[in-house]
Amino acid sequence: VLHTTRQLHTTQQSLAPLPPLPEKGGEVRHGLIPEEFFQFLYPKTGVTGPYMLGTGLVLYLLSKEIYVVNHETVAAACILSIIIYAVKRFGGDVAAFADKLNEEKIAKALAVKNEAMENLQTAIEEEKKEQWRVEGRSYLFDAKRNNVAMLLETNYRERLMMVYNEVKKRLDYQVAMQNLRRQKEQDHMIEWVEKNVVKSITPQQQKESIAKCILDLKALSKGAHAAV
Amino acid sequence: GPLSERPLMEVRLGELHTWISTCDFSPQGLLGAVQKAWNSYYAKYINVRRGGPAGISMLLAGYCLLSYSWNYQYFRRHRWRKYH
Repeated sequence: VLHTTRQLHTTQQSLAPLPPLPEKGGEVRHGLIPEEFFQFLYPKTGVTGPYMLGTGLVLYLLSKEIYVVNHETVAAACILSIIIYAVKRFGGDVAAFADKLNEEKIAKALAVKNEAMENLQTAIEEEKKEQWRVEGRSYLFDAKRNNVAMLLETNYRERLMMVYNEVKKRLDYQVAMQNLRRQKEQDHMIEWVEKNVVKSITPQQQKESIAKCILDLKALSKGAHAAV
Repeated sequence: GPLSERPLMEVRLGELHTWISTCDFSPQGLLGAVQKAWNSYYAKYINVRRGGPAGISMLLAGYCLLSYSWNYQYFRRHRWRKYH
C-alpha cells in the first residue's frame, strides 16, 4: 500500500541546494598576516602598532642572531622577489582565466539544470494532454462499435447478394432447360412434318399440281391482260 | 556556550588552563582537532570564488618558520658573532 498522503521530508535540513561559495576569502595584509591581527591591536596601539611590533621583532631576531644571515637568506631574498614580481604581474590574468573556467563549468551545470526543468515541464504538459485525451475514451469506443456494426452489416449484405445470385442462377438454368426442350421439340416436329409431306407428294400428284398451277397462271395472266 | 565546545580564539586567557584540561588528547581527538582546524582554514582562505595568493602563501610561510625552528641547532653554528 503506498501512502500518498504521508510527508516525505519531516525535517528542514536537506543537502541541496548548497549554500553558494563566499565571494572573497578572509582579508590578509601583505599576503602573510590576517587582518584580524591588525584589528586585534588597533584599540590599544592604533594603526602603526602592528608595524612597530613587526619591526621590533625583526631587529630583535637579527641582533640576537636567533635568525642567522647566511647563503640561504640571499637565496630566499632572490626567490621571494621573483615570486612577488610574478604574482604582481601575472596575477590578474591567471585569476581571469580561472574565473572563465569556473564560469564555463557553472554555465554547463546551469544549462543541464534548465534543460532538465524544461523537459519536466513538457512532460507535465504532455501528461495533462493525455489526461484530456482519456476523456475521449467513450467516443473512441462508440466509433469502434460503429465500425464493427458496419462490418457485420456489409458481410450480411454480401452473403444475401450471394444467395440471391446463386438462386437466380439455378432458376435461370431451369428456364433455359425448358426453353431448350421446347425449341428442340418444335424444330423436330417441323422437320418431321416437312419430311412426311415431301415424302407424301407422289410424282403423280406433283404432275397434277404443276398443271393446275400453269392453268391458274394462264387464267391470271388473261385476267391481267384484260385489266391492262 | 560551555567551555569545552568554544573554539580556541574565543577562550579568554584566564580560562586557557581549564580549556586545555577539557581537551581530548587521544589520537582520534588530536586527529579530529587537526581536521577541524584545517577545515576552518580551508573554508575561510582557499575555498572561495575569488581567492588570492594569501591562501597558500600563509601555509608556505608557516612551513618556512617550522622548518627553520626544526633546524635551529644547525643554524646556531653559523653565527657571525659569538657574543650578543
